[in-house]
Amino acid sequence: MESTAHAFKANVDHALADPNLQDSLAKLKVGFSERRRQAAERLPEFEALRDRARDIKNHTLAHLDFYLEEFERKVIGLGGHVHWAPTAADARRIIAELCQSVNARTVAKSKSMVAEEIALNEHLEALGIAPIETDLGEYIIQLRNEPPSHIIAPAVHLTKDQVADTFLEHHAKLGFDKRLTERNDLVAEARYVLRQKFLDADVGLTGANFLVAETGSSMLVTNEGNADLSNTLPRMHIVLASIEKVIPTLEDAAVLLRVLARSATGQESSAYTTLNTGPKKREDLDGPEQYHVVLLDNGRSSVLGTEMQDILRCIRCGACMNHCPVYGAVGGHAYGWVYPGPMGAVLTPQLVGVEEASNLPNASTFCGRCESVCPVRIPLPKLMRHWREREFEKHLTPKAVRQGLAMWSFAARRPALYRKLTAMANRVLALFGRADGRYRALPLASGWTRFRDFPAPQPGGTFHARWAKRKA
Amino acid sequence: MSDAPNDARAQILGGIRRSLRRGELTGEARSAVETRLAEPPRGPSVARGQLPQAEKVALFCQWAETLNATVARVGPAEVPGEVSAYLARNNLPANVAMAPSPLLEGYDWASQKMLSIRRGHGQGSDQVSVTGAFAAIAETGTVVMASGPDHPVSLNLLPDTHVVVLREADIVGGYEDVWGRLRARYGKDLMPRTVNTITGPSRTGDIEQTIELGAHGPRRMHILVVRD
Repeated sequence: MESTAHAFKANVDHALADPNLQDSLAKLKVGFSERRRQAAERLPEFEALRDRARDIKNHTLAHLDFYLEEFERKVIGLGGHVHWAPTAADARRIIAELCQSVNARTVAKSKSMVAEEIALNEHLEALGIAPIETDLGEYIIQLRNEPPSHIIAPAVHLTKDQVADTFLEHHAKLGFDKRLTERNDLVAEARYVLRQKFLDADVGLTGANFLVAETGSSMLVTNEGNADLSNTLPRMHIVLASIEKVIPTLEDAAVLLRVLARSATGQESSAYTTLNTGPKKREDLDGPEQYHVVLLDNGRSSVLGTEMQDILRCIRCGACMNHCPVYGAVGGHAYGWVYPGPMGAVLTPQLVGVEEASNLPNASTFCGRCESVCPVRIPLPKLMRHWREREFEKHLTPKAVRQGLAMWSFAARRPALYRKLTAMANRVLALFGRADGRYRALPLASGWTRFRDFPAPQPGGTFHARWAKRKA
Repeated sequence: MSDAPNDARAQILGGIRRSLRRGELTGEARSAVETRLAEPPRGPSVARGQLPQAEKVALFCQWAETLNATVARVGPAEVPGEVSAYLARNNLPANVAMAPSPLLEGYDWASQKMLSIRRGHGQGSDQVSVTGAFAAIAETGTVVMASGPDHPVSLNLLPDTHVVVLREADIVGGYEDVWGRLRARYGKDLMPRTVNTITGPSRTGDIEQTIELGAHGPRRMHILVVRD
């Protein structure tokens, strides 16, 4: 998809003023994070598993070439095919050629963030091949022609009523001309409409949560069962995965699975965790005749060995965005590209360029909740700070910010002056009253106060003044 | 297929090695990872599933029910009768698509005069399927299905209702025990085409984060836990 990360500030204004989005986000803030906390508390070994999950990913990244070659060897041995795609364009071309090789008209797609990253749907449509999103959330946003707003809950920005309107608009021609009001009716209607599309599809395309080098298996974690229909009914199964998805063994998968579902949705286990290993065997009664894995690099190999390497541990659970106050206020679309929230703020500048996405690493209060819940312990605030430093070095920081920082640094290095200035600011702000402890509006500061309050100075002077008094 | 597939491969692997500041793994470094692959180290053990067999069975049933499956504990002779009774209790048709497995053929289906059985893979119109299970995981109430001529994958997915016949002896503690059984059955490094581990009925939270059952796979999962 086309990035609008450069327009982050305008996107944010739009998001904060959207009442449907704000309703949806209010639910997200309590739902996912509360369920994750409960799931973590139910498993005494959870923190030890997170440590191990981090170590497994670090070990794999340090030997990534070896494990990818092992994975490839196993897949080929099973009668499958592995395709290496250095760039997004390579992956699009490979997948299109595979679809054309079986004269595919439709592709049943299971939710894949990597497919979003390479803008696969637009490419297939241009070639006259219809991609059909089958994950309910992805299906809804495909009908609405919107990008996903969350990596595991793509339609989390929408209300039930918006979904009902969308279904009425698109399903009326199929005979569903009654506007539905209940969630279970909406789910049932989508199930009915998509079932026939599964049965008719020529190709099933899925992502992968993990690729297991030991067995050559791709591993998928879902709740709906759409990925499993996609990899069983059509005659060709294509797995699209980025290179850092490989892990060594099934034992490593057991560790990662235990932290993935709990971190993502707070479930003990997702409904379906599936290992696919090669095409249909001779004696099997169902399954695809062809099995292809497309391995996408798209800049990831150049992140290895740098200060940003830790982001390659990410297992795409979404916990960081579920716990992020910025994501919680503006939602996923404001980030302007495929990956939102803290992990997106780190990954997007890498994949689309820091010039395009320089706003994203700045969209953080550095509260640290993302790092505290990350199942593979990615130090997300530290990585965002690396981007801010690179941005500063490249002179991408806005002039007003650079001047402000220069002024602050001038004052901060002169303690007597700093104390005078802060005491003065404290007295000036106090003129506007201290009663509520916060201001809803301040002259010259509407950019701040339009969407949030400004804290009022507390009685008793500045921190320095109070500290001096206390020591005396 | 591609213009120069081998170039693409070399480009990615070369890029990885450049970033890691080394060439292809050799010598001791290589044998260390080869050993790790051949003898996979286990992660932290999860105490919850490490129980005597009878308690494993109870834990499995408890989690399966918590996660929206239904469970009936029966003796081997009661299996066909419980399938018929379950269908009747839930006003479901007495037509089932059954996995052609030796395990299931061991039960006396002829005793159920009203039950009509079709053996084979799943079809879009199937209402109910009956399958066995390769194993089950006590830790999370998960059933494990291994594909093969005795267990088509489509039976796990297409019908509205999935009835699973699970022997108590096939209930294990955690994933690692399932991997052990897979290696014992199929050989080290070898797998059936598909292993589905399934925890309760299909579900979605994609509309307002509220769970609805029966998104694409079965809306109901009924597990017959069969005494040895």
